[in-house]
Amino acid sequence: MPALIPTSTSEAPPQVAARKPRTGYLLLAPGMGWLAVFFAIPFVTLFITSLQVPTGASGVYAPGFDIANYGEALSQYGHLYIRSFIYAGLATLFALIIAYPLAYFIAFRGGQWKGLLLVLVIAPTFASFLLRTYAWRTILADEGPVTGFFNALGVLPEGRILSTSIAVVAGLTYNFLPFMILPLFASLDKLDPRLIEASNDLYASPVTTFRKVVWPLSLPGVVAGTLLTFIPASGDYINAQLLGSITTRMIGSAIQVNFIQFRDYPIASALSVMLMFIILIVVSIYIRRSGTEDLV
Amino acid sequence: MRFVRRHILTVAAFIVLVYLFIPVAVVGVLSFNDPPSKYNTKWYGFSLDAWTNMCGIPGVCESFIESIKIGLISTFVATVLGTMVAFALVRYRFRGRKTTNLLIFLPMATPEVVMGSSLLALFLNMTFPLGTTTVIIAHIMFTISFVVVAVKARLQGLDPSLEEASRDLYADSRSTFQHVTFPLVAPGIAGAALLGFALSFDDFIISFFNAGTLVTFPIYVWGAAQRGIPVQVNALATLVFLVALAIVLIAQFVAWRRRKALQADMASRDADLKALSMDALSRS
Amino acid sequence: MVESRKVEDLHLRNLTKRFGDFVAVDDLTLTIPAGSFFALLGPSGCGKTTTLRMVAGLEDPSEGSISIGEQDVTGLRAFKRPVNTVFQSYALFPHLDIFENVAFGLRRRGVKDIKPAVESMLELVELTPMARRKPKQLSGGQQQRVAVARALINEPEVLLLDEPLGALDLKLRRQMQIELKRIQMEVGTTFVHVTHDQEEAMTMADTVAVMNEGRIEQMGAPADIYELPETVFVARFLGQSNLFVGKRESSGSDSVTVAAHGQQFTIPNSRNNAPGGDVIVGVRPEKMTIVDSGDPIPDMHDRIAGRVVDVSYTGVSTQYLVKTSWGEEITVFEQNDVVGDQSEVGDSVEVHWARDHAFGLDGTGTSADDVESAMPVV
Repeated sequence: MPALIPTSTSEAPPQVAARKPRTGYLLLAPGMGWLAVFFAIPFVTLFITSLQVPTGASGVYAPGFDIANYGEALSQYGHLYIRSFIYAGLATLFALIIAYPLAYFIAFRGGQWKGLLLVLVIAPTFASFLLRTYAWRTILADEGPVTGFFNALGVLPEGRILSTSIAVVAGLTYNFLPFMILPLFASLDKLDPRLIEASNDLYASPVTTFRKVVWPLSLPGVVAGTLLTFIPASGDYINAQLLGSITTRMIGSAIQVNFIQFRDYPIASALSVMLMFIILIVVSIYIRRSGTEDLV
Repeated sequence: MRFVRRHILTVAAFIVLVYLFIPVAVVGVLSFNDPPSKYNTKWYGFSLDAWTNMCGIPGVCESFIESIKIGLISTFVATVLGTMVAFALVRYRFRGRKTTNLLIFLPMATPEVVMGSSLLALFLNMTFPLGTTTVIIAHIMFTISFVVVAVKARLQGLDPSLEEASRDLYADSRSTFQHVTFPLVAPGIAGAALLGFALSFDDFIISFFNAGTLVTFPIYVWGAAQRGIPVQVNALATLVFLVALAIVLIAQFVAWRRRKALQADMASRDADLKALSMDALSRS
Repeated sequence: MVESRKVEDLHLRNLTKRFGDFVAVDDLTLTIPAGSFFALLGPSGCGKTTTLRMVAGLEDPSEGSISIGEQDVTGLRAFKRPVNTVFQSYALFPHLDIFENVAFGLRRRGVKDIKPAVESMLELVELTPMARRKPKQLSGGQQQRVAVARALINEPEVLLLDEPLGALDLKLRRQMQIELKRIQMEVGTTFVHVTHDQEEAMTMADTVAVMNEGRIEQMGAPADIYELPETVFVARFLGQSNLFVGKRESSGSDSVTVAAHGQQFTIPNSRNNAPGGDVIVGVRPEKMTIVDSGDPIPDMHDRIAGRVVDVSYTGVSTQYLVKTSWGEEITVFEQNDVVGDQSEVGDSVEVHWARDHAFGLDGTGTSADDVESAMPVV
């Protein structure tokens, strides 16, 4: 699982004197070939499919250049993009708030239990993703104690949690939490605890120390963690479907339904292309901002 | 209250850990449930039926075995391919390093629904029949990157002078790989393989797009979720969780024991050293 | 099993190594006599490690050749050379125990019945009880001895040691210096030792080569180099030196007189390496004596007047910093073998030394500022 933490280090050239470059290409070829054929080229076919035109027969489409597919997809499902990104954004924010104390605790107080605590963080993912999501139906059930508690406080606009957007965001937050904790831990673990002592020594209160020392130095982990949460969350539709209702559907549902149930491949492909496109834009803006203004 | 304030971080961390395990606990508890209908979402009564008769519901165990089969095959292929790529990245110079790195990074940063749908678009356009083969192809595709990253990290952490020492000690490149490099990187490869299997076994979205009529365990669960999940599914998932947890805990325990033994050794060695230097002093 | 045996000289001829535009080793020609303990000494980046790696076969020379006796090994791969290396961080294989680490080279060469050889080697380095331990379970000094044993068991013509004691603390380093010397005497193999620690080089080696910017500045027995440095670099890198930039005024049959900063200094001809009229006069700090102004100065001594600006008591000796009338600060070491009579900061003093201890360096193109601004190169 720690493999999930992208290291931002730029590619160092090989340390060992280069050997026959031919061997290098031979080693690369099968793996990179696989990724080229089954990851990169499918994007091209996806794009081509998104421009295809119907032939009349169900599920059969002819090559074409029908940009109108995009217009139709947007007019039908545009609101789902907005909803997906709002849900994913909220889930990312909540996950960050929940993950930080635990990551901080493991990094600075973990001691000899660090390894065990990290195992405990990823252990829940050993239980089926779908079943854990489904379990939230039980936890957040209308007659259950959680809903009862919040109803007693009178904070639930619809009087329930299940089948509302609250349940969907809660599910997303929960499911991607480990992907937030691990990168946060990785960057906090690299932080020399003496820096915190030095900051305290130099008249900084704990709050100031956090704001001026710990938080800035943990930013690489924050960036990695928010991306690893936001990207899968915005494409997810399992939480929306298992915990929400028809009014909480996310864009992933639309892509799946159009591909598999309706067999409307051009519309489904257009939806998928746009999702990837928007994510790429959002992510590159985010990386650029956090890279130039905060990380330096 | 003072205790809470002083230990606020510990308390918060503990609460988050508990939070992580609540749904797992629910899955486990419900595996002992005795629901009158298929809707296994609340507690009715205790029963061991699901555990004693795991394959009692048609389709459950078939899908489970299918998932294990797919997981093993795709993990094996992805581990071999990914390890080769990692070696090339760390040990060889070649053109197109940037593109290569991008192609490795992107699958980890692409939503599953996009990967699943684009691969489906490819298979549809090629009129390739969907089924076990397409799911395995997909799983290998998204697992390779994780293997590359894990093995690369291990390789980069390897002191280059170890391989130089091996060459200095009459080992040619094959012999160096066999006796030094591979044994030292093996734990990283094993870790990557375990991760790959976990990813493959639990994958739903990409599999669902490319499965056709094939039913993997997650696809079975998804289908069942629409009409009520049988208790057997909870039992199987709990079993998987416990086995995986046992494996990593044992690994942790072994590492911990080794560390303890090392510390004990160091202590006795220090004592030895002291005795030795005392001895030297008295002789001089 | 390890007995003294016939070993061959190591010859480096016109050895050059370039990394892009950077010349790491510059046209090095050198013969290291068989069975000697040879030290390559220099600051980091001087090319000493690159030289060593070329001898080991881990780096290909850009030009030149390496041969052992009559055999040219320049094109030979590392695993085919009769040369073994003790690496800087030891590079012990962490997954193998001590026995297997030591046995590694023999196994790769397909030697049969290795047990007695490994055991006697472990005995030589006094690690027999550690045979089944893993490297991590050993102390730094023990790991260092394993590294030596692992290399020596192959009976190399030349053993290369790359900063072998760098990772050890001071006390252990002293101990290992003696240990390594003992082992070298026992096996009789040529040891080539790379280090930046001048004290280590002088203690252990019978020949020291001081390297700077890819070239050898001076080579010889440790005492010879120390007593009579031939370049400013050597004078400053190997110990400390007080240097005065001047011009030759007159030359006699056995000495020259140099004028510097309005004073006259005398250097024996045998100790003057300056070919022309620009001479740098050098005196080692421990050769100097401090007296109060006006006290008598022995015959055949030269002197400089100044004021004490700093006194550091270091136990065995006291280190004085004396500022001359022209502003140069000179260093003087005095043994603490006299009770009382210490000079103090602010005292007007005279520093003097026997003319036979002065040495002359080539001062062509060197100004007084160059010498003064050059901090000790450590």
